[in-house]
Amino acid sequence: MSAETATPGVAPGDGTNALRRRPRFSWRRLPVVRQLRESVGVQRVMLVIGVVITAVFVLVAVFAPVIAPYGYAQLSDARGAFPTQQAPGGDHLLGTTVGGYDVFSRVIWGTQTALEVIVVAVLLSIFVGIALGLVSGYLGGWLDRVLVVVCDAVYAFPTLLLAIVMSIVISGGQSSKWGGIFAAAISITVVYIPQYFRVIRAETTRIKSEAFVEAAKVIGAPTSRIIGVHVFRNATRTLPLIFTLNSSEAILTLAGLGFLGFGIEPTAASEWGYDLNKSIADVTSGIWWTAIWPGLAIVLIVLGITLIGESLNDLADPRLRRRARVRDGATR
Amino acid sequence: MSTTALTEETVPAVTPTSRSAGGGLGRYLVVRFLLIIPTVFILVTLVFLLGRTTGDPITAALGGRLPPAELAARVRAAGYDRPLLVQYGDYLSHLLRGDFGTTISDNRPVTQVLTTYGSATLELTVYALVVALVIGIPLGMVAGYLRDRWPDAVLRVFAILCYATPVFFAGLLLKLVFSTWLGILPVSGRASTSTELTLQLLPNRTGIYLIDAISSGDADAVPDVLRHAVLPAVALGLLTAGIFLRLVRTNIIGTLGMDYVDAARSRGVGELRLVRKHAYRPALIPIITVMGLQIALMLGGAVLTETTFEWRGLGFQLVEYLQARDFVAVQGIVVLLAVIVAVTNFVVDVIAALIDPRIRY
Repeated sequence: MSAETATPGVAPGDGTNALRRRPRFSWRRLPVVRQLRESVGVQRVMLVIGVVITAVFVLVAVFAPVIAPYGYAQLSDARGAFPTQQAPGGDHLLGTTVGGYDVFSRVIWGTQTALEVIVVAVLLSIFVGIALGLVSGYLGGWLDRVLVVVCDAVYAFPTLLLAIVMSIVISGGQSSKWGGIFAAAISITVVYIPQYFRVIRAETTRIKSEAFVEAAKVIGAPTSRIIGVHVFRNATRTLPLIFTLNSSEAILTLAGLGFLGFGIEPTAASEWGYDLNKSIADVTSGIWWTAIWPGLAIVLIVLGITLIGESLNDLADPRLRRRARVRDGATR
Repeated sequence: MSTTALTEETVPAVTPTSRSAGGGLGRYLVVRFLLIIPTVFILVTLVFLLGRTTGDPITAALGGRLPPAELAARVRAAGYDRPLLVQYGDYLSHLLRGDFGTTISDNRPVTQVLTTYGSATLELTVYALVVALVIGIPLGMVAGYLRDRWPDAVLRVFAILCYATPVFFAGLLLKLVFSTWLGILPVSGRASTSTELTLQLLPNRTGIYLIDAISSGDADAVPDVLRHAVLPAVALGLLTAGIFLRLVRTNIIGTLGMDYVDAARSRGVGELRLVRKHAYRPALIPIITVMGLQIALMLGGAVLTETTFEWRGLGFQLVEYLQARDFVAVQGIVVLLAVIVAVTNFVVDVIAALIDPRIRY
């Protein structure tokens, strides 16, 4: 590809490595940013709303220590223990839970946990999934066949069930914050590796027969370089889309794990699924504030991320894409 | 992996346009059926190995509650001190004979657990599927036809909301509104106590409460069972309804742009008939294919729904056994679910192949 054939020192002076390898780099070509510029009408509104919701959540997660009035596992302050199941208002903006936690603080701190789990889970599954997909797709042979059958089997199985079994095997009773987060993240990772694997493998098998790969072979590039540079660069087009879809699924899986009692301990980190599990009994007796807020937090963040993913999907699909009409006299 | 090799060899044999589709179909079905075996086998192996990484099932379930000597004796009696490979072979040969073992925590045959609670899960999943189809398909047709107008925008947001709401949160909301605040539907369970008793006394029960209630002849039983099923079915069905809505919308948009639809329109076919007959039928094929994957998603959702509504099915029981670290029971349930998923995917592929002659590979 052109990125590879570009000779060093295009213009003397702008010699940073990144610039040399991608001579025409521009922030306008980044995923999401590019789609924001291309989209029109309803699609653009959906994409913008998604980006805004997601951005707000990231900000809340970053500034959680400043926003939350209490700690996620705090049960008392200078004036004594918190009341349990107190209605919203007063010292506790959104009320308190059956265990005496402050609902507002738990919801705010929960954004941090969700974000940490997404980042760890998605990075791990992207890394492993892409590596396996590239090697399997490029080399083929028996390794490819075995991996395809294994991944198909895992892919067809209910993700949540697999994540539960994984979390029990991994966590084995530990309740530290990062222990819990990694247990949840790895459980989710195992489930999502097949998705990345399938996509990257399909792209790789297509790309490996293209002329530029042949050319690289002819000039004697080693297989590792062909896979790592030539195929990899071109096989990752669809990643932003799967990335967004997977992040939202990762949040739902994490919440599901927490809801069933296989997630993160409440003293280790704040997790919405756990709080919802504790609110099952509350709902029956008319206590709504312990269920509504953590649930809404899940819905909102998944909504935000899904809106982005949905828009990327529609914009990538020519049947669904609407282009801006060229106005009379307007230059594009 | 001979089955995979076989699939690849059949590719050139049957071209999409060949008229001799009969032989192709037969071979396709056989190959597709054989592919069930590795799928189930891999999941069985995976769960077996995962379960064993934490030690043998008896120590996992009862460790700390029994004196070490007795624990060791029971481990030896059950054969868990043998090499892992021997145990694995033993387990597989028992599975092939339909013997799933005995649960450790409450000492019941796993097959009995599966048949007792499997029917409850089956009933819930079928209700949810009905809800999903009834909501998803018509709304998807409307959204696709009125593309990019306001009903489309509203319906798309609704579809994404369905997807973004975890089933247990949807369940809790429904419970809060319809049971606690309005008081018109029951909070949890599959039937009220009196109906449960009536159904328990039936001579030949199916375990599917609706069928049992009808055969009991009790006038109150049927509405009671249905009233209990509404909230769980809607909670679980909404998730899939959103997915069906999106899928129908996308495909209706695709088929509405086809030449034959334009041809039908120019012949004077009414708009309603155009959507309902001409554009809708071909748009259904992807739904049938996706339904296979939806079954897997629904079984996962059923675990959450059953916990939310104390619906005593396989999922509810699975969580209890997991909390008791009873891996014999967990393995049994997972194997059954794996078989269900693999078989539904097979059936779905067969239906898709029968509908669309182009699907042969």
